Amino acid sequence: MRTILYLATALCVMGLAFWAYHVNYATQDRQTELRKVKNEIASLQEGLGVLRAEWAYLNRPDRLRELVNLNFAALGLLPLAPEQFGSAAQVAYPAPPAAMTGPLVGGLDMPATSGRVKAIPVSHQVVEDMP
Amino acid sequence: MIRTPLRPLARILSARAKGENPDAIERENIRLRGEALRETARSTAEGRLFLMGLVFLAAFVTVCLRMATLAGTPAQEPQGNGLGPAILAQRADIVDREGRVLATNLVTHALYAQPPMMIDPVGTAAKLVKIFPDLNHDRLLKDFTTGRKFVWIKKKISPEQLQLVHDIGDPGLLFGPREMRLYPNGAIAAHVLGGARFGQEGVNSAEVIGTAGVEKAFDGWLRDPANNGAPLKLSIDLSIQSAVEEILAGGMKLMNAKGATAILMDVHTGEIVAMASLPDFDPNDRPRPLVKGDPSDSPLFNRAVQGVYELGSTFKIFAVSQALELGLVSPTTMIPSQSPMTWGRFKIRDFHNYGAQLSVTDVIVNSSNVGTARIVQMIGPQKQKEFLGKLGFLAPTPVELSEAPTGRPILPAKWSEISSMTIGYGHGLSASPLHLATAYATIANGGRKVTPTLVHDPKHHPGEQVVSEDVAKRALAMMRAVVTRGTASFADVKGYQVAGKTGSADKVKPTGGYYNDKVMATFAGTFPVTDPKYVLILSLDEPSTFVAGEDRRTAGWTAVPVAAEVIRRIAPLLGLRPDPTTMESLDGIQLVSAKKN
Repeated sequence: MRTILYLATALCVMGLAFWAYHVNYATQDRQTELRKVKNEIASLQEGLGVLRAEWAYLNRPDRLRELVNLNFAALGLLPLAPEQFGSAAQVAYPAPPAAMTGPLVGGLDMPATSGRVKAIPVSHQVVEDMP
Repeated sequence: MIRTPLRPLARILSARAKGENPDAIERENIRLRGEALRETARSTAEGRLFLMGLVFLAAFVTVCLRMATLAGTPAQEPQGNGLGPAILAQRADIVDREGRVLATNLVTHALYAQPPMMIDPVGTAAKLVKIFPDLNHDRLLKDFTTGRKFVWIKKKISPEQLQLVHDIGDPGLLFGPREMRLYPNGAIAAHVLGGARFGQEGVNSAEVIGTAGVEKAFDGWLRDPANNGAPLKLSIDLSIQSAVEEILAGGMKLMNAKGATAILMDVHTGEIVAMASLPDFDPNDRPRPLVKGDPSDSPLFNRAVQGVYELGSTFKIFAVSQALELGLVSPTTMIPSQSPMTWGRFKIRDFHNYGAQLSVTDVIVNSSNVGTARIVQMIGPQKQKEFLGKLGFLAPTPVELSEAPTGRPILPAKWSEISSMTIGYGHGLSASPLHLATAYATIANGGRKVTPTLVHDPKHHPGEQVVSEDVAKRALAMMRAVVTRGTASFADVKGYQVAGKTGSADKVKPTGGYYNDKVMATFAGTFPVTDPKYVLILSLDEPSTFVAGEDRRTAGWTAVPVAAEVIRRIAPLLGLRPDPTTMESLDGIQLVSAKKN
């Protein structure tokens, strides 16, 4: 009886030792993995910083201004002016639903041509209607 | 265990037969038993002591071993959770109020040499000079060949240069990683940002420290790892700052000014949305400060904060506001305005003679020095000083720039009656344009004191009431009249109901007295007057323009048109809708795109 007890205790100790070592090695593995991931995060973060800096550099106002001037023929961009503000009342109401034959087109009363629709910006449409 | 009886029968019987006392046997046995018991107890105690000694020995050995390992192994930083210092950049970014990057870090390399490890010092020196033409060949050769152990060659090199140096292939050339400060927008907001340089330098890293501007003022904060890499959010708006600088530069050129400054401030929070000072510089390549001459000639000089000037007639509105607040006058009170006005041995003159008397509103509209001096006389020097103190004119501005304490206002040595009269129309007290912006914001927001700040804070704490809301409203109405029918008529931007005041102050000679042909032209204004949102201060240093047949230097002809253009450009960017009632061209949406449809 006593022998069995001793044997069981010894086995238990061995089992626990095995478990403890196992956990230890697992922890070390995880730590190595964590270090790798941290290094990876660091290098990615560094890359991200470079990309952000590059984005900010490419989008610096001086450069954008020059690009706008260079591409004036194609884009025709001008600084925002007070005259560009409009009021909601100036936007045309959508035509009554009965008049609609094709699919709904941006709430404008323009004829939809056989499903193929050319979208025209609202403000331009309104301007053409103005006297 | 077989227990020995104390009175064994055999021995008792034989003792009795011999006539001995059998009790002696019992005593002897008791003694023997006691001795045996003692012996066992002693050996048990000995065993325990031995065990105890072993335990202590083991404990001490463990401690000793641990101490030996700790002493014998290289130190390792404890690894906590979260991002380690290696991951976070060492200096936080600076962003504008929309989160656009104003200052960030870029990883680069420093180049150094260990001449003892070099194979071909002479050839290496020659090749290095080819890559970096600014290096001195003889100096490099001397460093490499005279037995120096360590030589810094370049503090920052680009990846292309790194590759070229790699291609030299000399093992004595080594690289150290560096984080360098980068200002991607170049000269935009240069004076606000300041600049940075390397502090303590090692092979593996170098600390970056701020040298001026917010970089220096927030140096500790930017380097504090406790912020977990959070960027510093300024109140500056990059697109507005850029537009203001562009227009200001154009205006400065057009008006032949030698310097210019502009400040745009939120009237309620005191947040500076744009602050420009020209000429400016590129913080990526910060010029050296001047060692002699006037510091204001250096592009490093921040005219908006460091430059203290007599700001001229822009001060008149403070005298009038105070008189209104004290109940001394109303906007229609008539004030004697005969020019020149004689006071002791002093004479106060107006630009034109405006007749015998003017209403208080017209004193402001026509910018009458005499009228203002009369109003200041009613207030008295002591009260005037107190009021200007409340508006912040007696101390440097508390803005978060390292240069702010140097922008100390110049006050008269003795605040006498005549100096109070001249201060009333902006002479005799020098203050920075930022002081003026802060004071105008106080009037524009309904009389509450504001603290100028460069940091964006969504929470806002209203300041103390300096003038009543009613007085502020009346002062604004007067400033509106200056624009509609007074000296700042060019500032009437359609749709934005600008209110403001011009100031053209003769510049003070360093030798004493005033220049005849050098002025500081300032426009101080707020818009829209119905519900003021922003204050704009724009100053031109020594402007002069030839308009309508004569040379013009006054602010109405120089600073005001530039300020109007600034407002016309930035108000839409600030998201302010023009007021349709003052916008006659707003009958329909106009097609402003230049593209042909």
